[in-house]
Amino acid sequence: MPMSTREVLLEVRNLNVTFGKGKNKFQAIRDVSFEIYKGETFGLVGESGSGKTTIGRSIMRINEVTGGKILFKGKPINGQISKDWDREITQKIQMIFQDPMASLNERAKVDYIISEGLVNTKKYKSDADRLEKVRNALLEVGLLPEFASRFPHEFSGGQRQRIGIARALVMEPEFIIADEPISALDVSIRAQVLNLLSNLQKQNDLTYLFIAHDLSIVRFITDRTAVIYKGEIVELAETEKLFSNPIHPYTRALISAVPEPNPYKEQAKTIEIYDPSQHNYEMDPPSFVEIEEGHFVLANEEEISRYRATFTIGV
Amino acid sequence: MENNNEKSRILSIQNLIIKFKLRGQVLTAIRDISLDLYKGESLAIVGESGSGKSVLVKSIMGLLDKNGYIDQGEILYKDYNLAKFSTEKDWLKIRGKEIAMVTQDPMTSLNPLKTVGKQIEECVVLHQGLKGKDAYNQTLRLLTDVGIHDVEKRYKQYPHEFSGGMRQRIVIAIAVACNPKILICDEPTTALDVTIQAQILQLLKNLQEKYGLTTIYITHDLGVVAKVADRIAVMYAGDIIEVGKTHEVFFNGKHPYTWALLSSLPQLGAKGEELYSIKGTPPNLFNEIKGDAFAPRNPYALNIDFIERPPFFQVSETHFAKTWLLHSDAPKVEPPQSLQGFFEEGRRYAHEY
Repeated sequence: MPMSTREVLLEVRNLNVTFGKGKNKFQAIRDVSFEIYKGETFGLVGESGSGKTTIGRSIMRINEVTGGKILFKGKPINGQISKDWDREITQKIQMIFQDPMASLNERAKVDYIISEGLVNTKKYKSDADRLEKVRNALLEVGLLPEFASRFPHEFSGGQRQRIGIARALVMEPEFIIADEPISALDVSIRAQVLNLLSNLQKQNDLTYLFIAHDLSIVRFITDRTAVIYKGEIVELAETEKLFSNPIHPYTRALISAVPEPNPYKEQAKTIEIYDPSQHNYEMDPPSFVEIEEGHFVLANEEEISRYRATFTIGV
Repeated sequence: MENNNEKSRILSIQNLIIKFKLRGQVLTAIRDISLDLYKGESLAIVGESGSGKSVLVKSIMGLLDKNGYIDQGEILYKDYNLAKFSTEKDWLKIRGKEIAMVTQDPMTSLNPLKTVGKQIEECVVLHQGLKGKDAYNQTLRLLTDVGIHDVEKRYKQYPHEFSGGMRQRIVIAIAVACNPKILICDEPTTALDVTIQAQILQLLKNLQEKYGLTTIYITHDLGVVAKVADRIAVMYAGDIIEVGKTHEVFFNGKHPYTWALLSSLPQLGAKGEELYSIKGTPPNLFNEIKGDAFAPRNPYALNIDFIERPPFFQVSETHFAKTWLLHSDAPKVEPPQSLQGFFEEGRRYAHEY
């Protein structure tokens, strides 16, 4: 499918996020731009401290944006916006958190946890309607409706994560930010939650921003992936392209570091190490360039010609 | 497992049963495990949380929680039977000196009020008997060994001045400072980033060679296992259900649970299709388990799996699996379709290397 004809659901344009003031100023996000198409799963990978969560939180409007714009369905979601639009965004953009042990209110029953968003936005007609919505949300994530009257501590990690997903679903969102939704779960539960997420995507026509550090999972679930390093996106491409043909040295290092479940390969493998000083950006500052269709990389002119050269040979 | 001539046994666990008293009930966490550890090897113990892998190694270190006890069996190390140890004084002969441990979270395993140098030196003084200048120099050497630069300055710094990866290096330095024979690494890289993880695993491998360590890795990441392990023991519900050389378990696994674990790897999944997931939940260890513990979740289960517990069947000289499917009377069962390609690939590699 040609990219240009696809509907853009969310657009991040020259996003800058700075924390602190004066001496303690820290630029967490530097001039980040990307688009997320409707119906796709967009992956954001990077190490801890790279700023991937900050981007997610900026879209959720938890972190204040210092510069740049975030557009949802073409309309800005930051700054001065109308009350109706504000309410609509609150409902349409939902989040699934990393740690299901910490993200559920221990003192509230599942019923309350799931319907809190509904209550806040008054998105139900009667109490019976609200209970019906909670019931459906629970069924959708594969839990029993009876669980509504229980407390979070009565559930296992995987079940709690399902409650977290139900809480997002009940708002009937279009866009879900999943911040490391399975990294706190056990191996066998991971597969279940991943399957659940992709089934829900098909059924409810959802768009995901999938934030993770585990590249093997990103490769499996995302359509396109952006690699972020120290607050900058260094490479963005269709996931398969990115993994089969990584260009930026950081991406290459990151992919080479992922352990594969193959003892022969793994024990013979050498790991590439990324050295940021290899770039000569003082004289020749880098820009975000499209090197082939839909494949962007952060590079300066000299690097681009070098990357292009290796590209045409097909190394 | 008896006739492994090339390597000598360093630790031997025999018919070990560990129970916990919990709210008036008794939970059996380890159900009759026998396992040998050979000198110089690195063994990986894999399994889900709750499978008992941490309990098993804690019992080797004498670190079981107060309500846990060894009900039966022996843990033989040198001339000691660790299962019979009861006092702290006994354990001090083993802990650190003979068997040391690297834990999961480097954020919580260091003392925040002491410089890292002092923390390492403590071990050097206690276990290597060095004093003053000698101990200091040995500490600096250890810091260099674990890949820390500018050691004299780093010696004086506190844990909060180090990143997660660097802290894990310090923890490793402390473990190695005791000059142990066996190093247990309990999820050593779970809290770390992939690039750092790769470095730490490489470091552990190098140290193993340099100091002639025998290592036990506990992990649920099969990628990590592939990188570091010579042998794998797969645990399920307090039992070792398959054990063998790494490539044997990966590419010629016999137990359906091993198949299930491998199949649920995202690397083996096809994009856009369902990823294989194990149905149901692990058994409740408060109840007595009859037959093969995995049987209720096992699509290949035979009738006998629900009645009698399978013994170890021998696959090769080094490879054993506890499944009735290997019995000569069992029907022939092929591993799941999704794994055939993976096994095939493994066999190809086996020829190349």
